[in-house]
Formats: sequence, C-alpha cells, structure tokens
Amino acid sequence: MDLLATAVPALGDAFSLILRPSQLMFLVAGVLLGLSIGVLPGLGGIAGLALVLPFMYGMEPVAGLALMVGLVAVIPTSDTFSSVLLGIPGSSASQATVLDGFPLSKQGHAARALSAAFASSLFGGLFGALILTFFILIARPLILSFGLPEMLMITVLGLSMVAILAGRVPLKGVMAAGLGILAGTVGAAPAGGSLRMSTYDIPYLVDGFQLVIVGLAIYAVPEIVSLLRRDRPISNSGKLGDGWAQGIRDWWQHKWLSLRCAVIGVLVGVIPGLGGSVVDWLAYGSAVQTAKDRSKFGQGDIRGVIAPESSNNAKEGGGLVPTLIFGIPGSGSMAIFLGGLALLNMTPGPQMIRTQLDTTYTIVWSLALANVIGAGLCIVLSRWIAKLTTIRFTVLAPYLFMLIAFAAFQSRQSTADLAALLALGVLGILLRRFDFSRPAFLIGFVLSNQTEVFVNQVFQVAGARFRRSMETGWDYLLTPISIGLLIIIVVSIFVGIRASKNIRENIDAPTSGKFAPMLFLGCLTAYVAVATWDAWSVNRLQDKIFPLTIGLVTLASGLVLLVQATRRPATDELFIDLEQGEDGAAASGLWLTLGWFLGLLVLTSLFGLVIALVAFLLPFFRLRGSFGWWRSLLATAGGVAFILMLASVLGRDFPPGLLQRFVDLPWPLT
Amino acid sequence: MAVRQVVNFGLSTALATTALVSALPATAQQGPSLEGKTVEYVIPFSESGGSGRWANFFAPQLSETLPGNPTVVVRYRPGAGSTEGANWFQGQQDQGDGTLIFGTSGSTQFPYLLGDPRVRYEYNDWQVVLASGTGGVVYLPPDIAERFDGDADDLKDEFFLYGSQGATTLDLVPLLAFKMLGLQVDPVFGVDGRGGGRLMFERGEANIDYQTSSAYLANVQALVDDGLAVPIFTWGALNDDGEIVRDPTFPDLPSFKEICEATEDCETEGTAWDAWKAFFVSGFAAQKMIYLPKSASQEIVDMYTAALQEAIAAEGFAETAEPVLGIYPQATGNAAKAAHEQATTITPEAKQYVIDWLKEDYNVTLE
Repeated sequence: MDLLATAVPALGDAFSLILRPSQLMFLVAGVLLGLSIGVLPGLGGIAGLALVLPFMYGMEPVAGLALMVGLVAVIPTSDTFSSVLLGIPGSSASQATVLDGFPLSKQGHAARALSAAFASSLFGGLFGALILTFFILIARPLILSFGLPEMLMITVLGLSMVAILAGRVPLKGVMAAGLGILAGTVGAAPAGGSLRMSTYDIPYLVDGFQLVIVGLAIYAVPEIVSLLRRDRPISNSGKLGDGWAQGIRDWWQHKWLSLRCAVIGVLVGVIPGLGGSVVDWLAYGSAVQTAKDRSKFGQGDIRGVIAPESSNNAKEGGGLVPTLIFGIPGSGSMAIFLGGLALLNMTPGPQMIRTQLDTTYTIVWSLALANVIGAGLCIVLSRWIAKLTTIRFTVLAPYLFMLIAFAAFQSRQSTADLAALLALGVLGILLRRFDFSRPAFLIGFVLSNQTEVFVNQVFQVAGARFRRSMETGWDYLLTPISIGLLIIIVVSIFVGIRASKNIRENIDAPTSGKFAPMLFLGCLTAYVAVATWDAWSVNRLQDKIFPLTIGLVTLASGLVLLVQATRRPATDELFIDLEQGEDGAAASGLWLTLGWFLGLLVLTSLFGLVIALVAFLLPFFRLRGSFGWWRSLLATAGGVAFILMLASVLGRDFPPGLLQRFVDLPWPLT
Repeated sequence: MAVRQVVNFGLSTALATTALVSALPATAQQGPSLEGKTVEYVIPFSESGGSGRWANFFAPQLSETLPGNPTVVVRYRPGAGSTEGANWFQGQQDQGDGTLIFGTSGSTQFPYLLGDPRVRYEYNDWQVVLASGTGGVVYLPPDIAERFDGDADDLKDEFFLYGSQGATTLDLVPLLAFKMLGLQVDPVFGVDGRGGGRLMFERGEANIDYQTSSAYLANVQALVDDGLAVPIFTWGALNDDGEIVRDPTFPDLPSFKEICEATEDCETEGTAWDAWKAFFVSGFAAQKMIYLPKSASQEIVDMYTAALQEAIAAEGFAETAEPVLGIYPQATGNAAKAAHEQATTITPEAKQYVIDWLKEDYNVTLE
C-alpha cells in the first residue's frame, strides 16, 4: 500500500509532464524517426540513438527522454515491415519473424501477418511499460543493498548469456565473446591507466573503442554490405494482400501465447547483455515447443509472427530496468541511451529513482504512448511504407553509408573514427561470414569495462574486510542477493546451452572447403595471442590480470578450435562460410562492394567528408545504381544537402582530410 | 594597425574611400566587432560532464555581451583525457581574430603539470580571459567522525577505503591530502565519476569521500541532515593574495590547511605542501579557464574581458550561475592571469615528489 501511495501521485505527475504539447511533439518526432529507422534493414536502436545523441544537450529532460524513448520503443514495431515483406530482418529483434512472416507474405497474406504483428507489438510494449512501473517501485527500497559484489554478479549474469548466443559451435561463441571483451580492454586501463594494445603514439587507441562505432561496425555495416550486394528492390510489388481483420482476430485467439512471450521479452530485457538479437528466437522457440501442431511452422504459421513480435517490444521495458536502476546497460542501445541521459544531466541509479520519481515515470509513459502511436501509425501508413520497400536497396545504401560515417565521426571528431569504423566493419563482415556470434562479441564488448572494474573493486573492498576478520569478509561477499544471482547464473548457463539450438543468426549453414574458415580462425587466434602477450607485459597487477585471464581463455578456445579444424571433415559446422551460400551468389562481390565504402573513407581522409561524398555518391548512383547523369546528380545533391542541413542544425563539423591541413576552406568544407 | 590608419584616412576624406571603409567592420572606431561572425568555443571534452555544462552556460552569455553579437557555438573535441583537444588548440595559435576560444579544465592542467608524454601544448602560449573555480567537501560516516576533533591524529589507525576515479585525475588532490594527514587510505580505482564514489559511501563500502561543492549540496546535504554523513573539512578557496582561506560556500567548515596545521606531521610548507597546493589550485580553485590563442591582439583580449565582466555583473547572473558554477568568484583580467599562473606552474621538486609518490604508492607511471 505504501508503494502505491508513492507511485500513484508520481505516475500522475509524470502523466501531466508528458502530456504538454511540446513534450508530445518530441515523442512523436522520436516515434517517426524510430519507425523510419526500423523500416530500413540493418539499422536498429544503436544507429538510431547515435543519430539523435548530438541533439540531446540542453534539451529539457522530459523532452529528451520522450525523443529517445519514442525512438527506441517503436523500432521493434516497424522492423516487421521488412521482415514480412522482404524476408530481411528490419533489425536484429525481428529475425525470427522472417521464418513465418515472409511465407505468409508470399502467399498473399502480408496484411494479416502485419496486423497480427502490430497488435502483438502493441500488447507487448504496453506490458513492458506496466512491468517497468512495478519494477521501479519494488527496486526502490532494495537498491542500496546492491553493492559491488551484487553488481558484479549482475554483470556476470549478462556475460553468461553468451552460452545462449554461442550459436552452432559453442567454442566459437566463447571465442567471439572473448574477442569482444578483449576489444573492450584496448586502451588505458580503468584502474591504473596502463596501456593495453595501444601506445601514446596513437592517442586514438588510448581511449579505447567507442560503443557507437563498434555497434555500427559489427551490426550495421555487414548487413548493409550484404544487402547492397544482392542489388534487389527490397520488395517486388509493395502490395499487402488481404487479412487486416483476420490478423487482429489471430492475435486475440492466441492472446495467451502473446502474454507468455511478452513475459519472456521482459525477462530477457531485464538481464543485462541480452538484447534484441535473442529475445525473438527465445519467444519463437517457446511457441514451437508448446504447440500441439508444429507442422505449419516455417511455412506461414501466424503463431510464428505473434510470438516474436509480442516479445521484442516488451523487452524495451525490461531493458530499462537495469539501465535506470543500476546504470548497467541492458543492451547495446541501452548503453547509448545511458550516454543520452548523461547529456540530459540525469544520472541513472538509486538517486534518480529516489528523488526524481516523476521524471523517471515519464519514461514509462513515453514507452506506453510511443507504442500506441507507433502501432497506430504503422497501420495507417502501412500502404505507403510498403511502397517504400519497392525502392532498390542500392539507392538507399549510399545514404546509409553517409549517415553511418557521419554518426561515427561524432563519437570523437577524429578521422580515425572512420578508420576504426572500417576496420571493425571488416571484422563484423568476417564474423558474420564465418558464423561467429556477433551478439556474443557485442555483449563481451559492452560489459568488458564494467566486469574488469567490478572485479578489481570487489577484490579490493573484500580484501580490506578480510583483513579485519574472515567473518566481515564473507558477510560482504555472500549476501542473499549475490547467492541468488549466482544460482541464476548457473541455471542460465545450463538452460542457455539447451535453448541455443533455437537461435539461428544465419538460417542456412553452407560449407565448402577448409581454407578460408581456417585462415580466419588462425588470424583471430594470432591476434588473441598477441593481445595476451601484451597483457602479460603490463607491469601493474590490477591492470594486467583481467585482460590476461580473458586472453588465456580465448586463446585456449582458439587453439582447441584449430585442433578440431584439422580433424573434422570439411562439411562440419565449424567451417560455415556464407560466401558459399546465398551471399556468394549475389550480384556483386564482397570486396568490390566494400571497396566502394573504402573509397569513400580514403577520399575523406584526402579531401574531407563533404567533397568525398560528392565524389562517392555521383559515380555510385551512375555505375551501381545505373542512373542517368541527371538523376545521379539530383540524388547526390539531395544526399549532400540533407547531411549539410543536419550538421548545421547540430553545429557539427565534418571529418577533415589532408587537403584541409594545407588550405583553409569555409564551412562545411573545413 | 592597418585598420586604424585606413579609418583615420577615411574619416578625413570620407567620400573617396567609402568603398574601402564599408568593407570594414562598422564599429571599427570603437574597437573590434564580431558582427556576423561565428565564435567557436572549443572544449576538449564530450557533451556530457561538467565542462560541457560550463561551456554551454557561458556560450549564450558571450553571444549577448560580445560586440556585434556573434553566434557562439560550443564544439567538442574529446579524447585522450582532454590532451587531444588541447594539442589541437596548440596548432591553431594563428587564429587570433577572436573567433576561436578554448575552455580547459583540471583534467587538462594535470597532465601538463605532470609532464604527461601526450602533452604537446604549452599553457604559457595562451592568453587567459576567464578562470572559474570550485571547491570540495570531505565527509565521513558518523561513527568515525566522532573521533575527529579538528585534527586527524585520532584517525590514523583506521583503515579507510575511498572510491576513486584514478590517481592522476582530480582525485590526486584528496589522495595527496589524505597521505599528508597520515591517514591509511586504500583507493578503490576505476569508480565511475564522483557519483560512483558517493554511492560506495552510501552503501558502506567506502568510509571516506569528498564531493565538489555543487554535488555536495545536491546529493550529500540530505545524507548529512539524516545523520548518515558528517562533513569534516573543505579544500578551502584562494583569496586575492593567492592564500588558502575557508571556502565561502561553507564558512563553518575548516579548510584543509587548518586541519593540516593542527595535525601532527602535516606541514603547511615544504615540498609536499607546494605540490598539494599546485594541484589544488589547478584542479579546484582555478579549475576551468577560457583561453584565446597566442596571436590574439590586446584589443581582442580586452574585448573578451569586457564581455565576460559584463556577463558576470549582469543582474540575475548569480542565481542562474549557482546550480552550474556554485557560488565562487569568476575571475577575469589580472585576477584570471594570477589564477592561470598558479594553476599551470609547479616547482620541479614538487613535480618530482608527486611522480615518485604515484609510482611508489600506486605503481602508476606516465611513460
């Protein structure tokens, strides 16, 4: 009752805060942006938030929150379009939707699949907001009992999710996660500032890689390159078929399935590290496992649409729980969301929930309203959005590259940002090609720094307590909460390994020959060996122990994989190479396509981004897009004008090149 | 010089030179103007954090008080603990027409004082126009604070844990102070901002902490009122003669200098004290400064000084500034120069003392 007495007035205050016209406007703006980003294949929450982050400073907290939450909340709603209409996941949260949504669309029932998906999304989103409301209340009194050991346990729980994401060959998952963690340790150590895999001669590396860049490189770049190579219109007809009302009825008929999947979504969201890339598969797996008649799954069973779509919107509410309460990001996009909160002068954590409950609750309302508006808009606008998907991806891709390059540059305002984006982008492409789990890599990266810091700190604090007496030491470490979390971790590893077979990042598993996969594996192992040796040579114990331990574990799994690779037949899952499947059959080669992007970056480093964009877009539209000269010019001018407008509104510079070092040019060429 | 000659000539033979004069700034006679120009206010940090707030607080005020009302935009050049942005500014020393200013912080001063190998900038090349200060309050849990009676002598057998961001950050000042007082403090490094240190204190994991003045008022005062924390001293503040006095925001609390004087083995002169004072001024008393490039003329410097003075003297400045800057004097003109001088110089002995101490106690080196 006491809880309700605090919650209801705060909820009321928050409601009146969010209903002011200006705040609503920002919410709607966020929703519109989120819908467009969701529709574009390959771009998800990370890319979307990276684009609005520069706007945040100086915004009123409620308005800024409305913008960010609106954006994040509806991406899993609109990403359904490309999953259903094109069979390409609109973001990682809708991968499972493709399995049954795309067949339905091919049978002429796209409208049915979409309306069932929107109904499920709406329900899931509202459910997530509801759960978040209560979580915040329940957590309030408990928050101070979460000390460093408990925080460490929560982070390790996140890392243990690698088990479920590992993919077909568990050791490859361990390897990917280990690489992600090692990538997170590059630069000055958080405790003593010792350098790891970097030197003062390259100041860029000393700060380590920024999440925005890693996220874009590992997820967005490989997807865009892969789609670009196929050079297809995203969809052929842009027609939706029939079944609007049928879809809604379908959802109502399966409302309990929808509820169960929404619960799964919230739980997955709450666990740090697990994000969109798993939630849809878990929900789909659960739907398949509990169904009586499984024969239709994969051929257009509407339950295969309802399950993932109910869960992926619900996970945003869940993901906000650790983010707001502990400041531990629930996923990659939540980590960027945290950065946005800092810009709004808000520090998530106990303080915020205790003293700014009304502002915190505007997040809940934004989430709920955004879901309603988002689902509504999707239904109303679906006919036109479907038309959008008939545009050839080749025409969209250069704009996406342009946006990604601009967003990446905002992270450090250094041309090295672009080099890092490209280098990590190539890594992302190869991880995807050889079926190493990219979600596992990203989890490792996101949680790397926190794990290291917490391990060191717990060690120090516990050490001081043990010096006082054994009892105070154990009392500190073994609280009921940390023991409970430990049990959950162990259980989740076991359940995770069992459930991992339902999670298929890549649906086909073509293999052919050992050479390419083994070469890549060898390179990865060699890097890990160098990184491990480098960690060994750090002389400050606190700064060395974490990368050294992770390095050794990763190195061991790399070596075991190499040994296995020499023994197993070339058709083993170890040797998956997507180039031998649909990717290899695509219209253009991988390296040629990547070469275009490389060209953009080389030109940028010579002449600066603006000149480079003109020199990149024009031939791209002419050659790859087969546009006439006039259309190419028009398309180029439009793109450049858009980015100039964006930059001038934000007061941003563009990446300069060698030319700018010798000649003073006016903005925007500076 | 060229400007004035042309104007004088133009005044006497107005008709003939109309074209020439009209190409010049309209108010050239009264000094330079930035009409129609854009001033870039560069800070070597990202948008989040104190420097971002500070710069965005002053930017609109400058736009209003600078002659010609230029657009003032804040640009962020973060990287390598702010040394990357400062190195960049060092390369822009010929842009002295008043369209570029640079904001520094303690994090920019510390590597310079310590001789960090990444530092390729030289503070003495730059021309200071503003120095903003802040302060800090040290507090203890009530049970330990009972033993504190104006000196630290009775606290020397206590094992202290302190949540710290890192030994070469602003935390250098408290860590050195604790050492001088003879306290046994184990820093737990890698804490996320001062807020993280406060949370460790609230959870009982750390048992000594400090917060900057504004954070103390916002977050610790409530704990003090509830009897969960007891403030024991402040870092103090600088008076006009460059001496450390009580912090004007907390006049009832003694300064570190007073405590040090009262504590056995703590000296307020000598190498350790010189070192502490240099880093205190650099990190707190003159924490944030605005600089013009070397090539800026005296006219431009005066123009900025006048504009900042006008902004600071404006009605309502104190109220709007308090949540962002705290209630500390904003130094301009000669006062800013004096602050700059103190914040960027250290005796070679004091510097060596700090470097040796960092190496010995924390195994932290700046190779």
